[in-house]
Amino acid sequence: MAYFLQQLINGLTLGSIYGLIAIGYTMVYGIIGMINFAHGEIYMIGAFISIIALLVLGLAGVSYVPLALALVLLTTMFFTSVYGWTVERLAYRPLRGSHRLAPLISAIGMSIFLQNYVQILQGAREKPMPPLVQGGFTVFESGAFAVRLSYVQLFIMLLTLVLMTGFTTVIAATPLGRAQRACAQDITMAALLGVDVDRVISTTFVMGAALAAVAGLMVTLYYGVVDFFIGFLAGVKAFTAAVLGGIGSLPGAMLGGVLIGLIEAFWSGYFSTEYKDVSVFGVLILVLVFRPTGLLGRPELEKV
Amino acid sequence: MKAASGLAVTKPAYTTLYWETLLKDAVLAALVAVLLALPLVGLQTYDIGGGALGIRTHFDWVVMAAAMVFGGRLAWHFRPRRRRQGEIGGGPVFARLAARGNRWALPITLAGIAFAIALPFLPFSSRYLIDLGTTVLIYVMLGWGLNVVVGLAGLLDLGYVAFYAVGAYTFALLARDLGLTFWQALPFSGVVAAGFGVILGFPVLRLRGDYLAIVTLGFGEIIRIVLVNWSPATGGPNGISDIPRPSFLGLPFARSAPEGATTFAQFFGLEFSPTQRVVFIYFVILALALVTNLFTLRLRKLPIGRAWEALREDEVACRALGINPTNVKLSAFGIGAMLGGFAGCFFATRQGFISPESFTFIESATILAIVVLGGMGSQIGVVLAAILLVTLPEFGRAFAEFRMLLFGAAMVAIMVWRPRGLLAHREPSLRLTPRPRRARLR
Repeated sequence: MAYFLQQLINGLTLGSIYGLIAIGYTMVYGIIGMINFAHGEIYMIGAFISIIALLVLGLAGVSYVPLALALVLLTTMFFTSVYGWTVERLAYRPLRGSHRLAPLISAIGMSIFLQNYVQILQGAREKPMPPLVQGGFTVFESGAFAVRLSYVQLFIMLLTLVLMTGFTTVIAATPLGRAQRACAQDITMAALLGVDVDRVISTTFVMGAALAAVAGLMVTLYYGVVDFFIGFLAGVKAFTAAVLGGIGSLPGAMLGGVLIGLIEAFWSGYFSTEYKDVSVFGVLILVLVFRPTGLLGRPELEKV
Repeated sequence: MKAASGLAVTKPAYTTLYWETLLKDAVLAALVAVLLALPLVGLQTYDIGGGALGIRTHFDWVVMAAAMVFGGRLAWHFRPRRRRQGEIGGGPVFARLAARGNRWALPITLAGIAFAIALPFLPFSSRYLIDLGTTVLIYVMLGWGLNVVVGLAGLLDLGYVAFYAVGAYTFALLARDLGLTFWQALPFSGVVAAGFGVILGFPVLRLRGDYLAIVTLGFGEIIRIVLVNWSPATGGPNGISDIPRPSFLGLPFARSAPEGATTFAQFFGLEFSPTQRVVFIYFVILALALVTNLFTLRLRKLPIGRAWEALREDEVACRALGINPTNVKLSAFGIGAMLGGFAGCFFATRQGFISPESFTFIESATILAIVVLGGMGSQIGVVLAAILLVTLPEFGRAFAEFRMLLFGAAMVAIMVWRPRGLLAHREPSLRLTPRPRRARLR
C-alpha cells in the first residue's frame, strides 16, 4: 500500500511534466493539424535555458529560493517562447497550405537541427544541476517504508495545477482563446470573419513553447541532470499522451499526460525499468484499437 | 514584413518609406536573433569539475549572429523574384525537369543504370566511392520500399526502420544459430519482416493519418528497445558480430579458402584483392535495388497497386466501390516491410556487425525524408534525394560536428524551397482517354 502510494506520487509528478508538453502538441494539432515534431526539442531548450538562468542567478547572488524560482520561471518561459515563435515562422509558415507531409518533414529536420545546435554550443555531456529545493515531508509511514512527498514534487504538481487553471481560463474566456477555438473549428471561416490566422497560430506556438519551458524547468529541478537528447523521448511520450487523451482536446492532453506518467511509474515500480517505454507505447496501441479517437476526443465525422 | 513585400511588388521606386520599412524589418529580425542567441550562444555551460557547472560568455558571437541576420534579411528582400503566381516554387531547372520528366524518364533511367553499373570500373573510382555508392543504394532501396507504403498507399509510416532491423537481425540470428548463408537467409528476412508488417498492420490500419504515424513510431521504438534489452537472443547493446559475407555462387571472397573449396579469385584465376568483395557487394545491392524498383513498378500496374493509389486519394469512394480497405492497406504494409527486410538482410551482411545503434528513429526519419524530398511516388526522385542526403553528411565530414546540423537545416530548407519534393510531378497512372496528342508533339 505504502509502495503503491509512493509510485502514485512519482507518477503524478512525471505525468504533470508530460501533460504540460502534451498541451503544446494538442493545441498545434487542433489548429493546423500537424505534428509539431520539434516540440520535444523546444522542451529540451527550455531545460537548458533554465539551467543557464539558474547559474546566472547564482553568480548574481540571488539566494532567496522563491525569488530565484520565479525569476528563472519567467526568463525561461520568455526565451523559450522566442524559440517556439521562430521555429513556426521559419519552418512551418512557408509551408502552410501545402500537402500534409511537408511540414512534418520540415519539423523533423528542425528537430535534428535544434538537437545538434544545442549539442555543439553546450556540449554533449550531461549537465548536472545541484538540487535547488531540498527536503520534503513524510506523508504516511508503514513499517520500514515511508512515503515521501518532496517539496519539488509538490511544487511541480501545484504549478501544473495553477498553469492549467490559468490556461483553461485563457482559452475559455478571452478574445484570444475565442480566436483559437474558432481557428480550430474552421480555419478558412475564421479568416473570412476577420481573425488574423497567422497571429493566432504564432500565439499558439508561443503558448505551447512557454508551457514546454515550464516542463523543462521542472525536469531540471526534479532530476538534476539534462542533456541535449532528452527532447526526443519526452516529445514522443508527450505526443502519445496527447493522442491518448484525444488529440485536439486540452483536458485530454492533461489527462493523457497524467496517465502516461502513472503507467510509467507503476510499470517501473512493479515490473521492470527496461521495458517502461514499451509499456507506454503498448497502452497507446491498445487505446487506439478500442477507442481510436482517444479518451476525450470527439469522433471525426467523415464528409464526402 | 507584409508591408515590405507589398511594396516590393509595386517597386522599383526606392522611396524613403520603402527603405524605412525594410530597415525596420531587418532590425526586428536582428532583435529576434539576439533573443535567440543570448541564452544558448552567449552563455555556455561547461564542467568545472566536482559535478558543478560554470558559465562562459560569448557575447561577441551574439553580436555576430545579429549582424548576419540583419544583413541576410536585407539581402533577402533583393533576391531575384522570377516566381510567378501558381507555380510550385523552386528553381526553373527542377520545374522543367519535373514537367518533362515523362519524356526523358526512360533515357535518364537507362543512363543512370549504365552509370551505376560502370561506376566500379571508372578510372576515378575508389574503394571509398564504391562504399559510398553501396550506402546510397541501400537508402535508394529503402526509399523505394517505403514509397509503396507512403507514396502509393498514402500511409504515413514513421517506424520503417523496424522492418529494416527485423530483416537484419533475422539474418544475423539465422547465420549465428543455424549457419545459413546470406543467399539462404535472404527470403526468410523478407518473410519475417513482412510478418511483422502484417502484425503491426492489423491493429493500426483502422487509424487515420497522424494516429498511424505515432503508432508506427512507437512500434519502431518498441523493436529497438527489445533489441537492446533482450540480451540472450540479440546480444543486447553489443549487437551481433561475425555475420558471414555473401559468396558468389558459393565461391567465398577470401585470401585462402577452407578445405575442399575454392575462392572467387582462385576460380577465375585472378589475384586476390579485397576490392573484389567490395565491388561484388556493390553489385548485389544494385541488383536488389533494381529488382525492388521493377517489382514496385509492376505492382503499380496490377489491380492491387491501383487499389493502393485509389485508397490514397479517397477512402470513402473505395469502400463504396467494394474495395476492402483493410486488406489493401495490409498488403501495402506487408510488401513495404518485406522490401525493408531484404534491405536489412543486405545491411547485416555488408557490415558484418549489427547493433541496435543502427536502427534509431533518425534512420526512419532519413528514409521518410528521402521519399518526401524526392517527390512522393517519384522513383527517380528517390534516387536524387538519396544521393543528396547520403553524400551531404559525407561532405560535411570536413567539419565533422556540424554535419548533422547541416543535415537538419537542409531538410527544412529543401522542404520550404520545394514543398512537393524535388521532382514533383504526379502523373495519373490510369487515364480514361489516351494521352492527348498535343502533349507528345510539344
